[in-house]
Amino acid sequence: MSGPPPPDRRLQLSTTVNGRPVTLHVVPEALLLDVLREDLGLTGSKRSCDVQVCGACTVLLDGLPVSACAVLAYEARGRTVLTIEGLASEERLHPVQEAFLAASGFQCGFCTPGMIMAVTAMLEEAPAATPAEVREHLRGNICRCTGYVSILAAVAAAQRALARAGA
Amino acid sequence: MLPPFEIHQPATPAEAVALRARHGESAALYAGGSELLLAMKEGLGAVEHLIDVKTIGGLDTLALASDGAALVIGATVTHRALERSPLLRSRFPMLADMERQVANVRVRAVGTLGGNLCFAEPHSDPPTALLVHEARVVLHGGAGPRRLALADFLVGPYESALGPDEILTHVEIPLPPPRAAAAYLKFGLRERPTVGVAALLVPDVARVAVAEARVAVGCVGPVAARLPEVERALSGLPLAALEAGWPSAETSGERLDAVGDLHGSAEYKRAMAGVFVKRALAQAARRARAAA
Repeated sequence: MSGPPPPDRRLQLSTTVNGRPVTLHVVPEALLLDVLREDLGLTGSKRSCDVQVCGACTVLLDGLPVSACAVLAYEARGRTVLTIEGLASEERLHPVQEAFLAASGFQCGFCTPGMIMAVTAMLEEAPAATPAEVREHLRGNICRCTGYVSILAAVAAAQRALARAGA
Repeated sequence: MLPPFEIHQPATPAEAVALRARHGESAALYAGGSELLLAMKEGLGAVEHLIDVKTIGGLDTLALASDGAALVIGATVTHRALERSPLLRSRFPMLADMERQVANVRVRAVGTLGGNLCFAEPHSDPPTALLVHEARVVLHGGAGPRRLALADFLVGPYESALGPDEILTHVEIPLPPPRAAAAYLKFGLRERPTVGVAALLVPDVARVAVAEARVAVGCVGPVAARLPEVERALSGLPLAALEAGWPSAETSGERLDAVGDLHGSAEYKRAMAGVFVKRALAQAARRARAAA
């Protein structure tokens, strides 16, 4: 004998992802990373350490870098989420993406979306960040391939490009 | 993946307290979630109810108390807000410096000071630094608010004096005595610190000798703690001697209730505590000697 159907535990979640308003129905325990990857098909943000140490899942929540693997989707209600997929315009890549390409600021590329989101957030707030500040800001984004030298070169190139564009 | 739970959105401390009373041990207070959600991923505790304290009004305040005697930090103020606060930077520069070193930028964007203190992770920066500032916590329960010295609030690893029917609403930090200078140093090869040391020195009027010293060590024992014997030994010492490196500091970790863990053996942690007490005192002494 079957009982009544289980109550629908899902929350209605209205948020803005990469500039587009979306309304979703998610269980309370849904992590932002799973909603982005599974419900919205935005697989640029990566799951790696799953304990917010490595930075591969970095997305921007109201402009601030967060670990999507350790933030509830619930926290995105009424706020804006920016992922790597939302960075480029129709015509061209974001200057930070272009700088990573030009400087080969990646090898396997698994950390790159998170790295680029972290750099984008930092340059938005501190376009003239010193090399020491850049290193400090990126301390929580781990790359196992590059040795970081080409990443730091990419950040410096992005800073120059953004300064030229803003001049 | 996280186990299933329900999220509650109290509007007042009283509502949060009532939710705790109703759901008992199956409920957890939830602010930034930077510790709680990771613990839940590990399967620790059967949490079926998250009480989101961020929906309570007025817990995001960061301002001087109306009498000007203390800084009042609401329970949901993030590490990021603290590291960037002009008030913290000008009145409590060591605390702003410590906050800037907490974990990484993503943790600091969501993690809160109140959550950090309630979670009572032993390998953490804020409790150590707040102890030398003689911070207090304000707790709201069924019987109304009460204040507790942070030293009495920190009970053990993952254990605080927060009652089952209470929530932490604010952290209060008294303004330091005139001329006081402080330093916080940490060391570690992992994400969390292996050793954290805070020193606060109040010099005499001439800025020559120590009038009052406060030293705290965290991460080494089950809970961050002051070192009263070391503090007494420092009283009256010339600041110049501390700045040059106080030899007795090297053995200051010997009496600590050290716990061996993934970060190192008890013996290693005691030795590192001594090294960093010496360095923190040197840095605080240099700042204390400099004219305001």
